Amino acid sequence: MLARRIIPCLDVRDGRVVKGVRFRDHVDMGDIVELALRYRDEGADELVFYDISATPQQRSVDRGWVERVSARIDIPFCVAGGIRDVETARAVLHAGADKISINSPALERPALISELAEAFGVQCVVVGIDSIREPDGEWRVRTHTGDPDRMRAPSVRTLDWVVEAQRLGAGEIVLNCMDSDGVRRGYDLGQLRVVRELCTVPLVASGGAGEPAHFEAVFREADVDGALAASVFHGGTIRIPELKRLLRARGVEVRSD
Amino acid sequence: MIRLALVDAGGANIGSVRYALERLNVEATLTSDAEAIRNADRVILPGVSTAATVMRRLRELDLIETLRALRQPLLGVCVGMQLLFEHSEEDDTPCLGILGGRVRRLQTAPGIRVPHMGWNRLQPRRDDPLLADFAEGEFAYFVHGYAAPVTAECVASTTHGVEFAAVVRRGNVMGAQFHPERSAAAGARLLRNFLSMEPA
Repeated sequence: MLARRIIPCLDVRDGRVVKGVRFRDHVDMGDIVELALRYRDEGADELVFYDISATPQQRSVDRGWVERVSARIDIPFCVAGGIRDVETARAVLHAGADKISINSPALERPALISELAEAFGVQCVVVGIDSIREPDGEWRVRTHTGDPDRMRAPSVRTLDWVVEAQRLGAGEIVLNCMDSDGVRRGYDLGQLRVVRELCTVPLVASGGAGEPAHFEAVFREADVDGALAASVFHGGTIRIPELKRLLRARGVEVRSD
Repeated sequence: MIRLALVDAGGANIGSVRYALERLNVEATLTSDAEAIRNADRVILPGVSTAATVMRRLRELDLIETLRALRQPLLGVCVGMQLLFEHSEEDDTPCLGILGGRVRRLQTAPGIRVPHMGWNRLQPRRDDPLLADFAEGEFAYFVHGYAAPVTAECVASTTHGVEFAAVVRRGNVMGAQFHPERSAAAGARLLRNFLSMEPA
């Protein structure tokens, strides 16, 4: 049986790993390769590197650190941020990334998803979605969330975008629930359950992990394939070996070494 | 020093395969030159892409017959393994036809998502030096939407909705559907086994 994945997300800014609360106030968390190796040794199933400075600054991702990570780790990793054309994606994949994740550029130009799927196969193409509940009760997407001053609200319903992204060739969806992100009160199970119903490709939950029980809940109750978290891992609040022991004891299939 | 040719068919995981080999202290030659491939001691055919894209590229490079005629150990990885079979349902693509069987699309079902993405267990089907020192049910990292059938050449299988071939071998022709370069210790072991085994 396919194991549920535990995925530390490393937000990268100017070549360092950072983490903020509700996308603001970024704090330095350490060197990329050092953290990548630590997570690999602890049993992370996959890593996501999200270059939060790339999209707002209209820059493309710096391939130097992608190569450095690829040379050292032997688990899969995904690179997100600033990929807006096939050539950039190709460069990042050739540098050793296993998947690329696109968010704002896909909403600006949805055909990008198809172009990437055509060039590399859908299994390389992850669509990241930042979603927030608006006052009318609808979930809608946000773009350029790496920089609060540049964040945009393109009036697209999250659920519509989840369906459209898959139709265009997304091989995986990462749903970041902004209302719960950074506050450690658990994943947004309600929203994830609804999105799960619409998702025939793998779905990764993001935003809200604060304690091990939140992982068990999101796997059991929202049936997601992977759970992504950042600060609880970086800060040492949750250690992956213990998290996996707990999940295994509760009957959730996770990878052992 | 073993001469290892890594076939450059435009697949995107070439970098990570080369790094995985470097971690085993093996220097691979990335090449699309038929002569260099023929003269290697071992050949690896990687390929993250689609079957049609890689086959088109192999045809353009005039490598189809070269690969079919190889006598030294050959390892196809992911799409590279699928291409060893006769045909892929992906864009209705005729493949190398070194192994019998047709590659088919994995089907979604309740709880079964496609692509098959993540860590899944290898179920050994027979003893083989390629899987020396593998325990029952070890995890390997998969990411694919099409899969090869379980035939007589299947050394280990994996189940995701249906059972499919995870590792295949007939003589010197071998394949891994999973990504050894991203499958932690188990992946390194498979690569080491491939590099150290006696040619059949």
